[in-house]
Amino acid sequence: MTEQAHKLHRFHGGLHLPRHKEESTRDPVLPMRIPARLIVPLRQHIGESAEACVAPGDRVNKGQLIGRCDTYVGAAVHAPTSGRVVEIADHPVPHPSGLSAPCVVIEPDGRESWGESRLPPIEDYLDADPVSLRNRIREAGIVGLGGAAFPSAVKITPRPGQTLDCLVINGAECEPYITCDDSLMRTHARGVIEGIRILMQALKPRCCLIGIEDHMSGAIAAMRDALGGDEAHGIRIVPIPSLYPAGGERQLIQVLTGREVPSQGLPADIGIVCQNVGTAYAIYRAVAHGEPLISRIITVTGKGVQHPRNLEVLIGTPIADLVAAAEGYTDEVSRLIMGGPMMGFALQSDAIPVVKGTNCILAASHEDVAPPGPVMPCIRCGQCAEVCPAQLLPQQLYWFARAKDFDKAQDYSLFDCIECGCCAYVCPSNIPLVQYYRFAKNEIWAQERERRKADIARERHEFRQARLEQEEREKAERLARKKAALAAKQDDTADDPKKAAIQAALERAKARKAAQEAEQMSAEKADKEPSG
Amino acid sequence: MLAATLAISTLAAVFGLLLGYSAVRFRVESDPVVDQIDALLPQTQCGQCSYAGCRPYAEAIAAGEADINRCPPGGEATVLALADLLGRDPKPVEGETKPPSVAIIDEQVCIGCTLCIQACPVDAILGAAKQMHTVIESECTGCELCIEPCPVDCIYMVPIAPDISTWKWPFPAGETQSADREAVSS
Ligand code: SF4
Ligand code: SF4
Ligand code: SF4
Ligand code: SF4
Repeated sequence: MTEQAHKLHRFHGGLHLPRHKEESTRDPVLPMRIPARLIVPLRQHIGESAEACVAPGDRVNKGQLIGRCDTYVGAAVHAPTSGRVVEIADHPVPHPSGLSAPCVVIEPDGRESWGESRLPPIEDYLDADPVSLRNRIREAGIVGLGGAAFPSAVKITPRPGQTLDCLVINGAECEPYITCDDSLMRTHARGVIEGIRILMQALKPRCCLIGIEDHMSGAIAAMRDALGGDEAHGIRIVPIPSLYPAGGERQLIQVLTGREVPSQGLPADIGIVCQNVGTAYAIYRAVAHGEPLISRIITVTGKGVQHPRNLEVLIGTPIADLVAAAEGYTDEVSRLIMGGPMMGFALQSDAIPVVKGTNCILAASHEDVAPPGPVMPCIRCGQCAEVCPAQLLPQQLYWFARAKDFDKAQDYSLFDCIECGCCAYVCPSNIPLVQYYRFAKNEIWAQERERRKADIARERHEFRQARLEQEEREKAERLARKKAALAAKQDDTADDPKKAAIQAALERAKARKAAQEAEQMSAEKADKEPSG
Repeated sequence: MLAATLAISTLAAVFGLLLGYSAVRFRVESDPVVDQIDALLPQTQCGQCSYAGCRPYAEAIAAGEADINRCPPGGEATVLALADLLGRDPKPVEGETKPPSVAIIDEQVCIGCTLCIQACPVDAILGAAKQMHTVIESECTGCELCIEPCPVDCIYMVPIAPDISTWKWPFPAGETQSADREAVSS
């Protein structure tokens, strides 16, 4: 079985792109000097933001918790080095919007002192209990380093009734220019393999497949070396054909296992967990050395920098420092992109810090990212559908997104689009297709949010309405009661015994008086009669 | 302490009953078409449609008395959704669409007159007589109904600052924004 070639599958579409990987892999990974300032965003992951648990002026150790996150989907944030917290404030963060978000700004003291902040290493990790491993991964603030930055502890926790039987390790790194995973595997293959073994201990899958694009011969050799062959400990290294986007989670799973993640579903729905090689290495550091996720390897490349290379960078380092470590800009630089040319986004400034999910800074020259020609009408050529790895109909999605017919767009599985950019790359009419899909997805989310807000407002309005009516009714009732009471008072005079008694007495007195008067009158009459 | 606990639990019970009552009451009366229309309206309750609130406007639309483009807070999305539901033609929104905002009370100036509380359609203002008032930002719909009644003009509308979690990719530039539905539905 060991000698048998692993059966590979194919995903639909895909592109052969110019790789541009050699530029940044000529030199070994350079550990960067500690920068003058670290700007550490409190939200570097999918999920809730962490909350700062230090204050300006505080001294922090390397690895000390600075942002706590108690929600299930979230990740803790740690101080990348020792120093002083100078500020907790909004700063521009890496995001397509260019907006600011809360960050902890640290002035390093250069001592790199851990103090008491190192987590206790779990030495016997291959015998450790899965729960303690998962807890450690959570504590160390580890998120997917492939770019999506989804909290790893969540990903490796099966939901009730779910069995995760296959671990897929993503070392494909299919996007042009990016070489950080390649460098990591070439320099830290042993750590990566140990990280994978920790993941296996936490998950107990039946199989584990590492997918690496076949042009990365150095990385494949180093990984084989570290594993002790093509297959050991239930782990198998599988070189896969270089085809963009083979490193997409769904695509890699399909290539390696032949299984398809259902539409709108997750790999976990078919029993698979996919983790990036960088994540595996971070897990190894956290478990075996007690180090939270505070640094990573990042590629700085493109014609816009003098010396493209890979750097080992503290999280929170401003991009300008990375560019300086690559010996500065060239005259050709025209745009800064975080990520690769296909799925990355443009940055507004190089003062923005790098985060856990940053894999590449592409300082692109004008020709690297030649602006597409003028946008022309869709000629329904169907090329976009041919290359779409998600087997969608990009041209239809484009029409629906453009017409803001979001229901239809969802009927055509808009949310299965991985925004790989293949369709836009081949479109002869230069239509910015992916932008339309992003626009449509965001609008749908926003409508969802507004709908929820409207529901709350409706409920509160109806509640108020009911309350006002109730008050109105109570007021009316009170009024009615008052009136009734008043009326009753008048009637009451008749049956009040005391009053009746007085009345009776009065009447008796009156009667008596009348009788006396009558007597008197008759007496007077009688007096007069005898004389007459 | 006991009295306070009792008071609160009584209040909670009363409000619970009220809420239940309102749910029942409004369900009993409801007409399914009005409900469907109301579900698409933003519930700002601002009255810019010239009706007393979203539901009265929904009733007017259902009765064929009102056009579907009278709700500025809902904007284009609401017109499109209503057009879809009712099979009418979408039209440009009538009235001025403003960026979403919330009311803020300048607590230094507020005299605690409670007039704004009486105006707020969603009970988003907290405060008692002669005490300064505060807007519960998350509940404020931005209807501006509290601005007018304030005798000391201490309520301001501030646009909600876009943040990363609510930021949206814009409609791609360089193309017409017209919603050519014909092309789609054919
Ligand atoms: S590739 Fe472009 S022009 Fe061709 S069908 Fe797709 S969107 Fe239309
Ligand atoms: S961006 Fe979306 S629609 Fe276009 S090819 Fe990629 S997955 Fe398909
Ligand atoms: S304009 Fe819109 S939000 Fe305002 S009350 Fe009318 S329907 Fe409701
Ligand atoms: S606080 Fe003012 S603007 Fe906000 S919902 Fe109440 S009345 Fe409208």
